[in-house]
Amino acid sequence: MATQHSRSAARMMMAPAVILLLGWMLVPLTMTLWFSFRKYLPLRGGDMGWVGFDNYVSFFNSSSFWPSIQTTLLIVGGVLIITVVFGVLLALLLDQPMWGQGIVRILVIAPFFVMPTVSALVWKNIFMDPVNGLFAHLWKFFGATPVVWMSQASMESIILIVSWQWLPFATLILLTATQSLDSEQLEASEIDGARPLQRFFYIILPHLGRALTIVILIQTIFLLAIFAEIFVTTGGAFGTKTLSYLVFQRVLESQNIGLGSAGGIYAVILANIVAIFLMRIVGKNLDT
Amino acid sequence: MARAITNNRKIINTTAAWLIGLLIFFPILWTILTSFKTEAQAIASPPLFVGFDWTLENYQVVLERSNYARFLWNSIFIAGGSTLLGILIAVPAAWSMAFVPSKKTKDILLWMLSTKMLPAVGVLYPIYLLFIKMGLLDSILGLTIVLMLINLPIIVWMLYTYFKEIPVDILEAARMDGASLRSEILYVLTPMALPGIASTMLLNFILAWNEAFWTLNLTAAKAAPLTAFIASYSSPEGLFYAKLSAASTMAIAPILVLGWFSQKQLVRGLTFGAVK
Repeated sequence: MATQHSRSAARMMMAPAVILLLGWMLVPLTMTLWFSFRKYLPLRGGDMGWVGFDNYVSFFNSSSFWPSIQTTLLIVGGVLIITVVFGVLLALLLDQPMWGQGIVRILVIAPFFVMPTVSALVWKNIFMDPVNGLFAHLWKFFGATPVVWMSQASMESIILIVSWQWLPFATLILLTATQSLDSEQLEASEIDGARPLQRFFYIILPHLGRALTIVILIQTIFLLAIFAEIFVTTGGAFGTKTLSYLVFQRVLESQNIGLGSAGGIYAVILANIVAIFLMRIVGKNLDT
Repeated sequence: MARAITNNRKIINTTAAWLIGLLIFFPILWTILTSFKTEAQAIASPPLFVGFDWTLENYQVVLERSNYARFLWNSIFIAGGSTLLGILIAVPAAWSMAFVPSKKTKDILLWMLSTKMLPAVGVLYPIYLLFIKMGLLDSILGLTIVLMLINLPIIVWMLYTYFKEIPVDILEAARMDGASLRSEILYVLTPMALPGIASTMLLNFILAWNEAFWTLNLTAAKAAPLTAFIASYSSPEGLFYAKLSAASTMAIAPILVLGWFSQKQLVRGLTFGAVK
């Protein structure tokens, strides 16, 4: 159907997007790779030459590396568990007949549209402040000593804030998938005497399988890169330094470009491991 | 689900869903309420829910003191500019992939997606350095370009899934009638593609408005958008709850409204068409 003429026209039309993205990916990434093999301290002597894999080794061996990996995995894992479990429950609930469904949907989805710096700051100050925060009032009301959230429970606080932001995303996508479930199949199973739990595990959950995988993979990619939530709340203190944040500190705060670049490459590798799985699923879906 | 269900069940569903919905929405509601209190009422113990003297004073103070209008304009320019630019570049690309697919189309689409997964910290310093060299640091133009690039894969993908739904027969009929490529795009495709393009723009505007890595790292005083403006409230102004709330409310209100219109697009745009 497509003529030679339309083919070359199509290539021309694709060119700007492809070239821009190629440049956006290749140029900075090559630079990061280049810097990662050099001792480069812009404020203390500049570029001091080739050092091989030294930066990779010292980044790996630095005392902050493993804690940062642990923090990253804890945040990603914690947020995933919370958002997926509650997302499934909420999606199933919102799929039931009720009054004012549209409004409830709006209420549930709203946090996703709040900019990260706002949600971080509102939670940190208005809710979690140990003196005037709403939680402090609540704790005092029940006769408990208010928690100093940002230092005593820093990880829990960040996981809570980030979960609040991402729960709407999980819920919305799982709800969309739930709504495409064939209701006749459910009815048939009900007539056959399947109990609610059986229905959930044998019909609903398998149906949600792909949506769940997508939610987990996409969230993982975004969660690996969370920045503003940490920047605004703890600034990486109290054990909340993720790998991304550690790289940010090495690069912009201590201006150790070589070391930071090596860390950046580690972050790229980590994200790619997740991305490969996501791409496979999305790719499969393109064929059908 | 069109199943017969007792009224009792419906009442239980409704109550549970509303309670959970309100609980999730509560931080936003509380922020909006606090923005209308005086500073003293904002930290009153026990907290005041609605029984306070509503005041617009905080909004006035924020507007006067912090040059809020400039941050707002920066946000609008950056989010709007990157969206428009992205659409201009993505429409032809998505069009050709949807209507003149080749064997490589799938690979190109997936490769574009893979650029979206590149962690920002992996390219932070090079971008920072290039921005300094090109005089783009703390400029609206620079940030517009970066946000356009990070969202371009999503724009191309969304447009591609929308264009895919346009029946090809119509294009063929137009071609048979002797329509040129140009009039094919202008008179046949565009009217059918406009809703998809509008949805894509809406979602992209939201994503760009809320982006908080590059906006925080590549701007200072001049080109900072609302994300950076709010971050500057971190301390000590952050302890003035009423003013923090007023500033926050103004930063999120426009997007909350837009967001409510874009629930469907959100699913399509962020799952790359894999969940329908």
